[in-house]
Amino acid sequence: MTIALPALGVPRKHKIDLSWPILVLFAALLCVLIILPMSWLVYYSLVDRSGAFTLDNFKTLVTDPVFVDPLMTTLILATSSSIICCVFAAPMGWLVARTDIPLRRTVRALVTASFVTPPFLGAIAWELLAAPNSGLLNKIYRAVTGTPQDEHIFNIYSLGGLIFVISCYTFPYVFVLLANALDRIPGDLEDASSILGGRTWTTARRITIPLALPALLAGALVAFLQAMTLFGSPAILAIPAGFHTMTTKIWSLFNYPPKAELAAAASVPLLVLTVVLLRAEHFILGRRGYSVVGGKQGDPRLIRLGAFKWVALAFVFVILMCPVFLPYGALLNATFSRVATSFVTFENFTLHNIHFVFFELSATKLAVKNTFLLGVASATIGTIMAVVIAYVTTRRAIRGYRALGFLATAPVAIPGIVLGVGLFLSYARPPLVLYGTLWILLIAFVTIALPAAYQQLQSAFRSVHTDLEDASRILGSTRLRTLRDITAPLLRTSVIATWCFIFVGVIRELSAAIMLFTSETKVISVLIFDLNESGDLGAIAVLGLIMLVITFAVVIAVNRIPGFGDARLRNT
Amino acid sequence: MSKIRFSRRDVLRASAAIGALVSPAVTSVRPVRAQARAAAAEPITPALVEAARKEGKLAFYTAMDLPIAEKFAKTFEAKFPGIAVRVERSGAERVFQRIGQEMESRIYAVDVVNSADGAHFIVWTRNNWLAPYLPEEVARHYPAQYYDPDGLWVTTRVWLSSLGYNTNLVKPEDAPRSFADLLDPRWMGKMVKGHPAYSGTIMTATFQIVREFGWPYLEKLAKQRVMQVQSSTDPPKKLALGERAVMADGNDYNLIQLKEAGQPVEVVYPTEGTPLVTGPSAVFKSAPNPNAARLFQNWLHSLEAQQLLVDFARQHSVHPLTKEKPGARRLDEIKLWKDDPAGVEKSSEEIKTRYAQIFRV
Repeated sequence: MTIALPALGVPRKHKIDLSWPILVLFAALLCVLIILPMSWLVYYSLVDRSGAFTLDNFKTLVTDPVFVDPLMTTLILATSSSIICCVFAAPMGWLVARTDIPLRRTVRALVTASFVTPPFLGAIAWELLAAPNSGLLNKIYRAVTGTPQDEHIFNIYSLGGLIFVISCYTFPYVFVLLANALDRIPGDLEDASSILGGRTWTTARRITIPLALPALLAGALVAFLQAMTLFGSPAILAIPAGFHTMTTKIWSLFNYPPKAELAAAASVPLLVLTVVLLRAEHFILGRRGYSVVGGKQGDPRLIRLGAFKWVALAFVFVILMCPVFLPYGALLNATFSRVATSFVTFENFTLHNIHFVFFELSATKLAVKNTFLLGVASATIGTIMAVVIAYVTTRRAIRGYRALGFLATAPVAIPGIVLGVGLFLSYARPPLVLYGTLWILLIAFVTIALPAAYQQLQSAFRSVHTDLEDASRILGSTRLRTLRDITAPLLRTSVIATWCFIFVGVIRELSAAIMLFTSETKVISVLIFDLNESGDLGAIAVLGLIMLVITFAVVIAVNRIPGFGDARLRNT
Repeated sequence: MSKIRFSRRDVLRASAAIGALVSPAVTSVRPVRAQARAAAAEPITPALVEAARKEGKLAFYTAMDLPIAEKFAKTFEAKFPGIAVRVERSGAERVFQRIGQEMESRIYAVDVVNSADGAHFIVWTRNNWLAPYLPEEVARHYPAQYYDPDGLWVTTRVWLSSLGYNTNLVKPEDAPRSFADLLDPRWMGKMVKGHPAYSGTIMTATFQIVREFGWPYLEKLAKQRVMQVQSSTDPPKKLALGERAVMADGNDYNLIQLKEAGQPVEVVYPTEGTPLVTGPSAVFKSAPNPNAARLFQNWLHSLEAQQLLVDFARQHSVHPLTKEKPGARRLDEIKLWKDDPAGVEKSSEEIKTRYAQIFRV
């Protein structure tokens, strides 16, 4: 519990405990990050252009079909993606966590790869694969069946296509939540079921599935929120098909002349829906969270699939074709092909795209530099903040820790594009002009990453007992010294995993960046989005692969730093 | 619909004739200054080059197709080593929005701008954002209607928003010949077009289409389930991929480039007339690299760069000494519609709004 040194009346004049000023600073920082932008957002949604109070923005929102249609589309999209993710991720998570399916580590690594792949890059890759006429898969289909030119089996420019692509890059969330939950279910309970005569499937039905259900529900909600707030994929696939989602609509409101008031108002439903759903998640998990973790427990029991395991493996690899193998293949093909959607042959093999991106495209160097800088800075600052806040809240180090914890969790309810709008409204005009600098992007990225980072580290802190810290404090160390010498080394693995998690998140971020970039603060994701709008697919393929290489390289390198242990990237 | 016939065949006269179509609307916005052809024409002096080299870089905001913009940048860098050109490429309407946003936040990043929508220069001139700079070669050779007398802007390039088709997917005899042909049910779901809220070319073309046919034409076109892309440079690329058979708008220069590179595409200049687009350039007053900006603006309108525009970018130069490739289609052989930046400036917001209603994006 709380350290009671002051109460003992021991004066500690020899050292100043810096924790109070730091904590006040953090609280102030969180206000700047979250409360200010959101206040501006709400303010703008309630005024007209002259600044007078009005509800007209919301009236327009609920009556004008230009807004109602995207809202309905978004709801259909998010619900369908969420269901699809569960339908495919649940059996996969179960197979990997609870059965003797071969190549389990490989499967987990491939799921991580699909998590690391930016959704907008996946969407572009799927354009190459499944555009109705030029898509590689449709070409193969026509070549195999001999059907005429107009026929196609896939049309990625459709609501169905968009749902599919979004599901491809959202299912890792469900998979990881579920697989981790299944990992934690103790074998004892299942053993008990077996001893009492339950057969394999009975045990699965009566014990395993009910225990995993809360995680599945949580996964479904996370998938819903992801699909609802995604910007890149709908912008790439929905607009050519002639429809908007809420995120693309909000973004289009910033086209000249910018309608900030309407954009702010249109952001509010996303914000409210997110808050409501997160409360619902909390409610469901709060009620059904079985305490299966803690104490001594048996290892999870693996179900023997027998010959069936090869069928299961095939099933898993067919699923993984969609987010990983096919898109990566399409990007590689486009990199070396003269025409992005022609198969590479000796005649049309070219290195022109690579040459163009590295030696002609003048935006490459700056974008790569900005992205790398922002990734490292956001990951470092975000991790430090998350460590401090998680420490304060788990150890209840100061009064008001609850507020700090709440502030660190709050951004989870703010979709990236909404945060982008809020930050733009806050920092694009005097007194504090951060727009045009990397700072505003840094703020956005740290804010977006903070909740997940905080939650990861909070659970890590909970696993470290306070005895060791107390001993250090009794021996006269300040709180910070204790944190550095005792707690930090014990948490190394989690801290590195968090750092990587934020870094990856920054690299794949587009929705806030698209609202906040200027010509000198472009990042790779925005550059790729720009190139997509002018149809330069070959350059996108090269940049996309650079992006993936940087991501994988940094994640692997950080995990290999001597003395840092072998932390592995976790998806949660 | 204006019908322009050219009798003379030489390039110089032909380009002067387009001049009659292009610029009066822009110049008439500021009639007071029109009399005073005062700006002193500036040559490229060693002092300018030295000052530019000290700055070492410049930002070139442009709406031209990215590989073309980078080609200009690299050619300039080779000629003036030590000055790096950073190309900031987006659709003209997006560039306009970006500059407006940056200026409002007092971010001074743009040095030289080249747009695809002449209307923007009316707004920027009104805002007093442009620096007067008249390159000597422009004053000496360019027909007067192609540049602002004070040197606030110079017409860098001229091109058309044509139709086009993929020759693997459409036989030449079946190809659409006119805007009216695009409404034929057989093109349902087979067309691609750009977006006027992104592209200056498409904004200009949409303005001219509405002027000639009225909005009902676009309402009918929207019923054809057109694939909506953003940049005017994208429809030609979508044709080359074979993703769509016909482009309802876009630009002719990318199609010509692709055709010459052996891709299965063909340009169609519609029988009713083809929208003409002009792309002026200007130096910003607030340019962070004022000397490099002036040097680039000067070079961009030199014969060397303008010949590159014709040979590589496949656009039309207003520099009378440039030479078109033999056999290439000349502007005087095409029935052109008149461009009208002042008209676009007045109706651009309405065009964006109505377009979004009709095409739903």
